[in-house]
Amino acid sequence: MAKLQNREALEKLRNSLQAKSQKSQKLISLCAGSGCGAYGTAKVHTVLQEELAKHNLQEKVQVKLTGCHGFCEKGPIMVIHPEGVFYPQVTPEKVPDIVKTTLIGQQLVDKLIYKDPVTKKKISHEHEIPFYKLQKRIIFGNNGLIDPTSIDDYIAVGGYAALTKALFDLTPQDILSEIKKSGLRGRGGGGFPTGIKWESCRRHEGQRYVICNADEGDPGAYMDRSLLEGNPHSVIEGMIIGAIAIGSNDGYVYVRHEYPLAVTNLTMALRSARSLGLLGKNILGSGFDYDIRISRGGGAFVCGESTALMSSLEGKPGRPRAKYVHTVEKGFREGPSNLNNVETWANVPVIINQGAAWYAGIGTEKSKGTKIFSLVGKVVNTGLVEVPMGTTLRQIIFDIGGGIPKKKKFKAVQTGGPSGGCIPEQFLDLPVDFDELSKVGSIMGSGGMIVMDQDTCMVDVARYFVDFLKDESCGQCNPCREGLKNMLDILTDICQGRGKEGDIDLLEELGMMMQKFSLCGLGTSAPNPVLTNILYFRHEYEAHIRDKKCPAGICKPLFHYEIDAEVCTGCHVCFQKCPQEAVAGDKKKPHSIHQDKCIKCGICYDGCKFDAIKIC
Amino acid sequence: MRSKIDIDWKQIDEIILRYENDKEALLMIMQDISDIYNFVPPEIVPVLAEKLGVRKSHIFSVATFYKTISLVPRGKFIVHVCTGTACHVRGAEKVMDALKADFKTQEGGTTTDGLFTLEGVRCIGCCASGPVMTVNKETHGGLDRSSALKVIENYRNISS
Ligand SMILES: Cc1cc2nc3c(=O)[nH]c(=O)nc-3n(C[C@H](O)[C@H](O)[C@H](O)COP(=O)(O)O)c2cc1C
Ligand code: SF4
Ligand code: SF4
Ligand code: SF4
Ligand code: FES
Ligand code: FES
Repeated sequence: MAKLQNREALEKLRNSLQAKSQKSQKLISLCAGSGCGAYGTAKVHTVLQEELAKHNLQEKVQVKLTGCHGFCEKGPIMVIHPEGVFYPQVTPEKVPDIVKTTLIGQQLVDKLIYKDPVTKKKISHEHEIPFYKLQKRIIFGNNGLIDPTSIDDYIAVGGYAALTKALFDLTPQDILSEIKKSGLRGRGGGGFPTGIKWESCRRHEGQRYVICNADEGDPGAYMDRSLLEGNPHSVIEGMIIGAIAIGSNDGYVYVRHEYPLAVTNLTMALRSARSLGLLGKNILGSGFDYDIRISRGGGAFVCGESTALMSSLEGKPGRPRAKYVHTVEKGFREGPSNLNNVETWANVPVIINQGAAWYAGIGTEKSKGTKIFSLVGKVVNTGLVEVPMGTTLRQIIFDIGGGIPKKKKFKAVQTGGPSGGCIPEQFLDLPVDFDELSKVGSIMGSGGMIVMDQDTCMVDVARYFVDFLKDESCGQCNPCREGLKNMLDILTDICQGRGKEGDIDLLEELGMMMQKFSLCGLGTSAPNPVLTNILYFRHEYEAHIRDKKCPAGICKPLFHYEIDAEVCTGCHVCFQKCPQEAVAGDKKKPHSIHQDKCIKCGICYDGCKFDAIKIC
Repeated sequence: MRSKIDIDWKQIDEIILRYENDKEALLMIMQDISDIYNFVPPEIVPVLAEKLGVRKSHIFSVATFYKTISLVPRGKFIVHVCTGTACHVRGAEKVMDALKADFKTQEGGTTTDGLFTLEGVRCIGCCASGPVMTVNKETHGGLDRSSALKVIENYRNISS
């Protein structure tokens, strides 16, 4: 590829790419993101190519392997454009039918159409599916339309137009004020105003660094992964624009080693941007230089924290330092360093293209734009959803997410990951933004939204997070290290039936101590999952401590299963499934469980269609 | 199982050179070495120290800080069971328990035949398909006890 020497050359390339793509009548977008990949996209792709060849359709039909479409649970996902016909869970066996009937015959393959799990209605087009219909995908939308390994695809959908604007039409000052006016706040969890951070970094002299945080340590959240995998150029473009505004020539993306596909696609994207002259020296003939390198982290949650991340970038253990001096003044290699999250960067080109006023029209008063959430756990439609800030929890979980599976009851939604908390039912109508969720003790955080149903034990959830954080604490300051260790001991005791009166008070005291005296954000926010949990689910703690019962049936020493003879139909399913031969009973007669043989694995409980098995 | 491994020093040199002997790239260099041997053989440490111009103690402190690096040999297949929140609420612990029992080992342990190492990982970003696990580079989703054991059985069969 020859370097593009100026903006006109880029526009010329764009026009020719767009003309070329208009030639093929159909576009099949086949998801090759990590989720769908795990369900076998590669095999589907091979068969699809063969079938198209068989029918001589390669010219007329374009196939794109795209990044994540968000509905990963239903993968592999195939969408046929321009109509937007949607086929979920496509297997190689289904492909010939789709080619023959839909591509050639222009008809839908009835048996392969998506069936809404709530209404049981068949829905054939992507934009009519409730999961997609209620979203607003200004950041994530291009994922389904472009091949992330092709810079041409990104350019054809308008990519790098914001960059040319930033290079040739705007001054760095203009960019700063545009980002400030847009109201963009950091998507990594803290919600710090992006424009203000950029401005203060620019004010400090020295070799400045513009860095992207792709550590995504929040377990259960994967929007950064999907953006980097599916649309890496949008992040790169955002970073270059940031570098222009801040005055930096040197950039890094710090990405988790656990995200191999994101690393591959990003590496490829950087290479092709460089070869087109969109990255590196003298970008588009403007005289501006900026390049980006990748650094792979090593599975440490604390490395997502800004000072720890920079220490890790320097090839050292990622231990946070006290922030008497901010990283915008002295960060990576002691230079002024500006760190933003993946999604924050991806918002930048959109703002420059559409204007700050347009952007500020989306969202709530103090939280502008959209947010991508990872809607997972006990919810019918799981996946990534992008909605305007201010959408309520109920709309996200019930209208888009389809509610709780298997007719179970909603219990709580965990937001903000290990720094957040569990929000109970009475707050479902809260609008989700940076400020509203903090009012009830949680945070919006980076976008994890883990739905919990009646079968989730809240004490176990608190124990889970503390266990996670104890493993991840870097251990250099006492309040965090010892506080977490003590909390874990107490919570483990409660879960195993050794809870005592006074334990709850002790947890609260420890929590307050950690919030006050820990050195970094990991320690100060670590008690949140425990404290909100006690606030809203105190009765569950009390049941564990006083009655020695786990009402949800999770903490093994605190419950057992019993079969209700009145309800049991004697269908014999539990008898057959039990790995311990702990179920007794003849067909069509009530069954029963030998408690001494039962290991409480829950297979019978999950498998009984008649709800005859009770937690006691 | 602890047979002494032969180290291809030329390959190690190439890796270090790829990162231009940059000491800031230490972690990535160790990750690349891990990709070949499934761990960082300790005899490589002095060489790394010399080529990157850092102390051996620095290398050990980095190697022990990051979970992706192991200084002891691991099995042919590294099984990572996701214990992230989304997988946890969908029963990841049951998958972990099943594998512990099957492997007769704890988290972090390796089967006596040297085939499998069992590790927990906090989220691999496939949360919508949970519970999930990876075996070396392949991801398996929608697991429960029995399907997880079936997956393992397949790896056992292909390597026997
Ligand atoms: C323990 C801890 C872990 C964090 N992990 C991440 C992370 O994985 N990704 C991220 O973008 N920010 C993370 N953050 C927030 C970062 O420190 C930082 O605020 C953020 O990357 C700034 O970018 P933003 O302003 O665009 O959000 C973490 C913070 C703490 C205290
Ligand atoms: S609060 Fe915890 S993670 Fe942060 S520096 Fe202290 S010990 Fe390390
Ligand atoms: S599965 Fe349920 S209904 Fe069937 S025998 Fe067991 S307890 Fe009775
Ligand atoms: S919980 Fe497990 S071991 Fe106990 S009776 Fe049910 S299936 Fe059998
Ligand atoms: S990976 Fe295919 S929809 Fe997410
Ligand atoms: S929580 Fe298991 S993959 Fe994210």
